[in-house]
Amino acid sequence: MTSATANPATRNNLKTKSRAKKPALRINTQMIPTIAAVVIFICMIIMGQALFGTYTSLGFISSLFIDHAYLIILAVAMTLPVLTGGIDLSIGAIVAICGVVGMTLLNQGVNSWLVIVVMLLIGLAFGAIAGTLIEEFNMQPFIATLSTMFLARGIAAMISTDSLIAPENNNYGWIATTIKIIDNPKIKNDLSINAGVIIAAIVVAGGYILLHKTRTGRTIYAIGGSRSSAELMGLPVKRTQRIIYLTSGTLAALAAIVYTANIGSAKNTVGVGWELDAVASVVIGGTIVTGGFGYVLGSVIGALVRSTIDPLTSDFGVPSEWTTIVVGLMILIFVVLQRAVTAVGKKE
Amino acid sequence: MATAKRGNNAGTGIAARFDARKLLGNNLTWSVVALVILIALCTIFDPSHEFLSLHWNKNTGGLSGPLITMLQESARYLMIATGMTLVISTAGIDLSVGSVMAVSGAAAMQLLTSGMNVWAAILISLLIGLLLGCINGALVSILGLQPFITTLIMMLAGRGIAKVITSGENTDASRVAGSEPLRWLANGFVFGLPVNFLLALLIVILVGLLCRKTAMGMMIESVGINPEASRMTGIKPKKILFMVYAISGLLAAVAGLFATASVMRVDVSKTGQDLEMYAILAVVIGGTSLLGGKFSLAGSALGAIVIAMIRKTIITLGIDSAATPAFFALVVIVICVMQAPKIHNLGAEMKRRRALKAQAKAVAA
Repeated sequence: MTSATANPATRNNLKTKSRAKKPALRINTQMIPTIAAVVIFICMIIMGQALFGTYTSLGFISSLFIDHAYLIILAVAMTLPVLTGGIDLSIGAIVAICGVVGMTLLNQGVNSWLVIVVMLLIGLAFGAIAGTLIEEFNMQPFIATLSTMFLARGIAAMISTDSLIAPENNNYGWIATTIKIIDNPKIKNDLSINAGVIIAAIVVAGGYILLHKTRTGRTIYAIGGSRSSAELMGLPVKRTQRIIYLTSGTLAALAAIVYTANIGSAKNTVGVGWELDAVASVVIGGTIVTGGFGYVLGSVIGALVRSTIDPLTSDFGVPSEWTTIVVGLMILIFVVLQRAVTAVGKKE
Repeated sequence: MATAKRGNNAGTGIAARFDARKLLGNNLTWSVVALVILIALCTIFDPSHEFLSLHWNKNTGGLSGPLITMLQESARYLMIATGMTLVISTAGIDLSVGSVMAVSGAAAMQLLTSGMNVWAAILISLLIGLLLGCINGALVSILGLQPFITTLIMMLAGRGIAKVITSGENTDASRVAGSEPLRWLANGFVFGLPVNFLLALLIVILVGLLCRKTAMGMMIESVGINPEASRMTGIKPKKILFMVYAISGLLAAVAGLFATASVMRVDVSKTGQDLEMYAILAVVIGGTSLLGGKFSLAGSALGAIVIAMIRKTIITLGIDSAATPAFFALVVIVICVMQAPKIHNLGAEMKRRRALKAQAKAVAA
């Protein structure tokens, strides 16, 4: 880990020297993977448009955001722990338990606002458990959140293993109600958003402000660089760690609200593997798993890339056994390309 | 609880009495304690009260009993935990072991049903596991991709490869003639003990000797601490990285054979599912840090047996399948909390705080 953090730093110094000569090219080397992600994402969309002709339609873009607002929220949630060199594996399971509890309460006629508050509190509680295990009992984040993941999944299964459908006429569906911004005669050219997308946008903006404009954000990067240095500098490492896992748990609950409102149902098996999708999004966005480098906006791009891979595979007509192979290969190609672009960018 | 444990341990030997704190800080101690408690739980609450019973089964030529089935199941965990230990000590992670298990199991079952010789089928499926491990290793070492994402890709792709091999079916080779050697590997007995457990133990010991009697273990650890510094001292980090992923793939393939050969059937979506997580848990329970740089194969082996025992406990106590993950999580949390230095130093910590408070008061005055 030390070398991973030291290496780019020395390269960065070299870069600063060369930068002095050419002030026109002022790109931070740390941003190259993220920029590469944006470029490759645009290439993917262009390829999809050239082959299938739907990828730049407003309808496709609307549904990309509406259907994957939850993944964008989860990617932001995952960015915080990953930046410190940790990970939060429990977010998929938190989505499941929040979904199951939320749908159960809604079916019992509980006020939808109260349900939303309860769901957020559940996410907060699991974040608090993870934070306590990590900070008070020296558990490694991977293991602490793995156990809260099993815990949440188990409790969700104990509550119900049925598919719970949200009752009609609730005040919960407003999150998923689509608002048309551009109304075209052809449905596929409508640009529409819903409250879920707006929530996701607020979360992204909030994540950006937290990481780049606050002291907590600075401490998060410092912990990722070197935890012991951060501690020696007198930064509130423990408190920040707790804030990180509280935030990721709560954001996972928020993702559950957005997702269940959109789908209108929940099951205890919802969200299996989403934590890995979120990590994939974060990594695709240019964040290094050992911590210290990365951007929340990169994670958003990563989530969009991850979401575009699925329609691409289905449009290519891949047989069902091959889907996971193709998804894996696409992520691989993406990561390798990114690596190549980054290597070239750093040499220049 | 901590004081009660201390009493127990102190009674077991003179060394324990001399070095109670060191023993408490040792991860192996807590794995053993967890194992004993779980066995005790099963013995007390087992509805048939036969948990500790061992019978000589004439048909199989070995012992039989709940503990023996537990050991049989632990073989696969031993294999993947060993590979995982090596990978984790280089500061990496291998999320693909579960999928590699499915691939090698699927390959073996499919080759057997297509009429291939059983030894050739075993060899080929092991080679496939090795190949997948080598791909992981090449991507991590040569291309320098992050281990997490690389093995995540292999985890996704491996599931698909298993499905492609069997064309999406759950291939059943139980009626194939001539598959006895493979069946014996998974269900047979030698000296009254399960073959797969002994074989797994043998492999763990071989890997242990390779690591600790040669410089291999130290090289792996040095790569985990700082690849750049180890390169400067003459170690080739790329070769080491490549090797650990290759070994992990090969051992996962062995685990896949154990898992599928016990029922002679592969379930392409269930075989090896979640096992990467169990392997990582076993490694951590055994005292290896996920940050890399140090490892304990004995600890991981014990951790693997604890994991198998937790699963056995869940079955024996008849815990509702819905509650299984929650029970699992609770046991893991308890073990990890007991391992925390904070618990061991509780007394010292309180004394220190009191001293600090007194100091603060003195300064204020």
